[in-house]
Formats: sequence, structure tokens, C-alpha cells
Amino acid sequence: MVSTMTIRERQIALSLSVLVALWGLAMAVAGRHDLMGVHGFIVLLAGLAAILVIANGYYAPEPGPERLSSYYDEPIKAGLVVSLFWGLIGMGVGDWVAWLLAFPEMTFDASWATFGRLRPIHTTGIIFGFGGNALIATSFHVMQRTSRARLPDQLTPWFVLAGYNLFCVLAVTGYLMGITQSKEYAEAEWYADIWLVIVWVVYFVLYMRTLARRREPHIYVANWYYLAFILVVAMLHIVNNLALPISLASAKSYTIFSGVQDAMVQWWYGHNAVAFFLTSGFLGMLYYYLPKRAERPIYSYRMSIIGFWGITFFYVWVGSHHLHYTALPQWVQTLGMTFSVMLLIPSWIAAANALLTLNGAWHKVRDDATLRFMMVAAVFYGLSTFEGSFLAIRPVNSLSHFTDWTIAHVHAGTLGWNSMIIFGALYTLVPQLWKRARMYSPALVEVHFWLAIAGTFVYVFAMWNSGIIQGLMWRTYNESGTLAYSFVDSLIAMHPYYIARAFGGALFLTGTAVGAYNVWKTIRTVPATHDARADLPQTGKPVLEAGE
Amino acid sequence: MFKTHYRLERYSIGLTLAIILVASIGGIVEIAPLFTIHETVEKAPDMRVYTPLELAGRNIYMREGCYACHSQMIRTLRDEVERYGPYSLAVESQYDHPMLWGSKRTGPDLARVGGKYSDQWQAEHLNNPRDVVPESIMPAYTFLRETPLDINDLSEHLATLKKLGVPYTDEMIANAASDAYGQATPDSERADGVATRYGDATHIRSFDGNPATVTEMDALVAYLQILGRLTDVAHGTDTATGAGG
Repeated sequence: MVSTMTIRERQIALSLSVLVALWGLAMAVAGRHDLMGVHGFIVLLAGLAAILVIANGYYAPEPGPERLSSYYDEPIKAGLVVSLFWGLIGMGVGDWVAWLLAFPEMTFDASWATFGRLRPIHTTGIIFGFGGNALIATSFHVMQRTSRARLPDQLTPWFVLAGYNLFCVLAVTGYLMGITQSKEYAEAEWYADIWLVIVWVVYFVLYMRTLARRREPHIYVANWYYLAFILVVAMLHIVNNLALPISLASAKSYTIFSGVQDAMVQWWYGHNAVAFFLTSGFLGMLYYYLPKRAERPIYSYRMSIIGFWGITFFYVWVGSHHLHYTALPQWVQTLGMTFSVMLLIPSWIAAANALLTLNGAWHKVRDDATLRFMMVAAVFYGLSTFEGSFLAIRPVNSLSHFTDWTIAHVHAGTLGWNSMIIFGALYTLVPQLWKRARMYSPALVEVHFWLAIAGTFVYVFAMWNSGIIQGLMWRTYNESGTLAYSFVDSLIAMHPYYIARAFGGALFLTGTAVGAYNVWKTIRTVPATHDARADLPQTGKPVLEAGE
Repeated sequence: MFKTHYRLERYSIGLTLAIILVASIGGIVEIAPLFTIHETVEKAPDMRVYTPLELAGRNIYMREGCYACHSQMIRTLRDEVERYGPYSLAVESQYDHPMLWGSKRTGPDLARVGGKYSDQWQAEHLNNPRDVVPESIMPAYTFLRETPLDINDLSEHLATLKKLGVPYTDEMIANAASDAYGQATPDSERADGVATRYGDATHIRSFDGNPATVTEMDALVAYLQILGRLTDVAHGTDTATGAGG
């Protein structure tokens, strides 16, 4: 890590780490009577750890200019490993809280072990930890390969990766202690939010700097999606997290919006986190790794364009479908519903473009579990976008909203689509980046595939059933014209489905653990091949001239 | 169209600006008018603000992530109105920074839970839900009863909310800690000021059954008991549908 940096970069890295440590110290001192003090210590430790790592490698020989004729893949490797680590944490906590709903006594009388505090660790761990690190790592890979240009320097990617993970750590440790804004998928408090803005701006600038060095006149479609992901997530994050802390020495803040306006801003954010984090970014992944693995060009350039701009334009309107029949004015609800239905068109264009790309390569889908992961991801993308448009229709939503049907829908997306495409990209990237001939065990990739499929199906079917039963029980009237079931009746009916769901989640988690073992063994035991030229920019000149 | 795009995709800055433009429109059209169209939020002249104790309880509700399983939004559907009470109006959460409408009902809606159960029931239920509802899957919050409430920084909380538009008076802000103590300690001198500042209808009593200390249980139960009762506008015959103007 440090040995790949120039001396100048090591100096800057050291100063940045000192700054982070000082920031932590300031927070620890100012917040000594508050929970923020604990976060101060965590930031301080992160800064000190970075100083140690850099100091340790500071006097290593400087890399020569020959580095400039190859891609810079070290941060990508780190990002993939960290992503898997978060995946195990996020899925593990998710499955734990799933069991809590079936067996609620397992909280050890401790505040940190309750469903309410653990649940955001699951969502943040998966969306930001697992998904976000995979997005950052693959974007570093895709931007270099499609631009045929090396990352512009050796420090910025590390700053982005480390800084982003510091945000994730602050977020999840905060929830354990009870530091939360209570805004779904944006629970982290004000200082962590500000830190993420800094990291994110650096990430965007890094992306633009790499694109500026490209040796391809055109920017490939995967990059459009990654760019939309970076830009719109920044917009959403900043607006939705506008808040006033009660003092600079306290973790507590109050969001500047209230009531109905806050609800609209929150779901504009919440649904577009789905759109631009879990869809745009991941479509960027799909548009690069699926054609690469299938060795087929993307099916249609025009469908790429229509799909991309359709998704980017329509998605932003649809957040209000989370607020049907609420105190939100009806005109906004109707707009949200209308655009949700229209959104199906670009969504299915994108899914079809991916699946049609596989024409002529279906025998590979049959034989290669890695490609099959990506094919299944595209299918689930199509299915869950259909379900999403369907659930956004107001009368359908009257039944499904507030029930487990929403949970089924979300997990069809996150397990079936996001996780599958991550695993497809992971199994493509690990042998390539670590210069191995193949994965340690192709059989274990198959095992992982089928565990993931089985887990997804058990989970989603359990939640479909429980959600629809719940929704129907709440609105059933008996012959005398009064409500037939109490709330507790519906709760009792959920019990078998909650067990089935937790079992499905356990299958999926086991698959991920098998994957992590396989990746570990590949890195540790499979001998390296030395055909380094196979993955070099196809150009005579170094991809990055001196004076970077 | 495709030719234009063929040119656009050669410029990273152009692509960036196009993405920002295209992705901004929906949000601007849907969000900005909510701040300017007066019918969006009804008028409720009788509405009061949360007392410091209730606000502290609301912060505990948020800290424990209650919103993950409980909504506070009764939709305009017959079965919901019959199960939970009159449908929620926008004005009822106008002082909620942030709103806690929620997105999931693993447990029942709480928008009008205030007054539905006794303080004792609420405290027992929070202490161990299965003591009063054997089938409940809610976690037990035994620690609330033993944890003294931190009331020292409540003035800062009220002052911050005032900056955001919640009509707390300077007197309310100055007496926040005293009022929080007084509301849960009815026999103390400090109880009198609570009714003066927040109205005679304010619940002034020991919510956890132990007047000797003000605990987090006091605060959370005080908050639950005021849910849906800051204003009566939703219960009115014509005011429930009519916007103020």
C-alpha cells in the first residue's frame, strides 16, 4: 500500500492522517460529556493507525516510473476484501434480527441488542458497507479499463476508500450507542455526514481526473451510471441530512425539515438511494462485467442511452409512492405513482439490454457460475423493478404498504440483484487482480450460487406470504361490519413466516461465507501466473506521463 | 438524438451537467411547492408544542429506533380509521424534526396511542411487553426504568428547535430542565410552571409510578401519552377536511 506511493504522496498522506487524528482529538475533548466523545476516540484511533501504517512503510524504496505503464489495482483489491467483510457483518446482523422477530427474548436485557438499534446496522452494513465498497472498488476498475488510463495518483483512491469506511464505522457504532437521526438509510449524525461529503467530493474529482486522462474518445456507458451514482447520491445526501446540531459538542442534531415536507424529502432521498446507489451504480457494474465475462459486446447502444436517461430522469419523481394515502398532498402522490409506472420502461430496457447481450453465450451461462450470477442478477433486476412499479400503484399500495410485502420486494432487489451482481463481479475480479489462473475452487462457486438462489427464494416467498396475509387480515371485516382481526392476531399469523425468512437469510449468509473462504484460499494458495501483459492498456505509451 | 448523445458522451463535464439537470427536475417540482402552497398544512390554532419531558421521550423513541417497527401515520383508509382513529393530518407533525411517520408496521401504528392505555400499562409494557401482551415480539426495555433522564441540556434542544421554527418562548427555553423535572414530579414546586407554560391540559404526574426520580421511562411514557393529542383538529367534524386557507 505505502510502497506503491511516491515520497511526496507519503508526505501528504501522513499530514492528512495527522489532521484526521487531530479532528478525532478535538471531538473527543469537546464531546467528553457526550456520546460524541466515543466517536472522537474512534476517529483519533483511525488517524493514529493511518500514521502508523504510513510511518512503517515510509522508507520503502520509491516505485519507479515503470508503474505508469500499468493499472493501479491495489486499492481495488482492498475494496473488494472490505466489501466482503461488511457483507458478512451486514448479513449476519440481518439474520440475527430476523431471528429476533421469531424469538424476541434474545436481547440479553441490553439496549444495544434490541431490534431497533441493530436493524440500521444491517441496512447500513449492507447498503453502504457491502454495496458501497463494492461500487467504489469496481468503479476504480471500470474507470481505468474503459478509459485505458491509470488512476491519476496513488493517494486519492486510498483516501476515498479509507475515508468512506471511516464513515461506515462511525455510522454503525453510533447506532449501537443510540446515535441516530431516525431517518431511514440516513441515520448517521451530522459530523459523520459532513465527513462523507468531503470523501464523496474527492471521489467525484478522482473520477473526473481519471476520465480526463482517458485514451478513448468516448466515455463507456458503465461510467455514465457510475457518474450518476456519485453525483445524485451527493445531492440526495446533502439535502436530506441538512440538520442543526444542538451544540458542536453534542452528537444530537435536529433535521431542518419537519412534518410533511420532511416526509417528502426523506422519501425523495430514500427511494433515490435505491435508485442511484442500488440501481445506477450497480447497472454500471452490470454493463461492464456481464459483457466482459460473456465476451459479447453490449446488445444495443441505443437501448443503453434510453435506459440510462430514462432511469436518471424518472426515478427522481417516484419517492412519493412511499406516502400514498398519507397527509402528503394527493397531487404529489399521483405524480409519484405515474412516474413509478413509467419507470418500468427504461428499467426493462436496461434489463433486456443485459439479457440480450447473452445471446450467443448461453452455453457459458450454463457452464460458468460466475456469469450465471450476473444473468440471475439481471433477471431479478427486471422482476423487482416490475414489482416496484406494481406496488407503487395507489390501491395496490393500500394493501402492501407497512407490511412484509415491502420487505420481500426490497430483498428481491438486494439479494437477487445487488448481491448477485457483486458476487459475479467479485469472482471475475479476484483471479484477474491477484493474477491467478482461476478461483481456488470452481465447485465452491457453484455451491455459493445455489445457496444464494435458495436463500433468496425462501426469503422472498416467506415475506410475500406474510405480507399479503398481514395486509388482508388488517382490512378484513366480519359479518357484523367490524374489523375481524386484532393486530395481535396478525402477529401470531406471522410467526412461521418469520422463522422461514430467518432460515432463508441463513442460507444466503452461508453462501457468502463460502464465497469469502474461496476468495481467501484463492489469494493465499493458488499460484500466481506471470502473464502480466494480459491486463495492460493496449497502447505503446505509458498511460500516465510523468509529472502526475 | 443518438447523434447528439454520441457527441455528448465525449465530454465528461457535459455529461456531468446533463445528469445534474435531468436528475434535479423531479425533486424540484415535487418538493419546492410543499413549502409555498398553504393548503399543504392545515391550520391548528389550538396546537401546542412538546414539553421538554415529552421531547426527551421523543428523543428516546428515536434513539431506540422505534420507528423501524411502528408507524405514526394513519392513512385515509376505512380499516385504518376504525382501527387507529381519525386519519393523520399534516399539521399534527408540523413540529416534528424529523417526522416519524415510519414505513413498516411490525407493531401497530402509534399516531393516536396517547391516552389509549394507562401510564402503568405503558410502563409495564415497555419493561417487558410479554407481561401484558403474551404474543408480543417487541424487545424488553427494562433499562428505561433504571436510567435517570438527562435533563441538563434540554434548553439547548428547545433553543435549536426554536431556530428551526418551533414556537418555544424564551421562558420555555430557560426553564426546560426545571419543567422536565416538574412534569414528572407533581408534588414539587417546579410542577406549577409546567401548566403555566404549556397549558392546564398538560399531563403532570409520575409516569413510571416512582415520583422520587425522573427516569427515561417517565419521558418515553409522557411522549407516548401525548401522541395524537397536541391538537384536536383531526377529531373535528369539518376541520378534519377543511384546510385553513
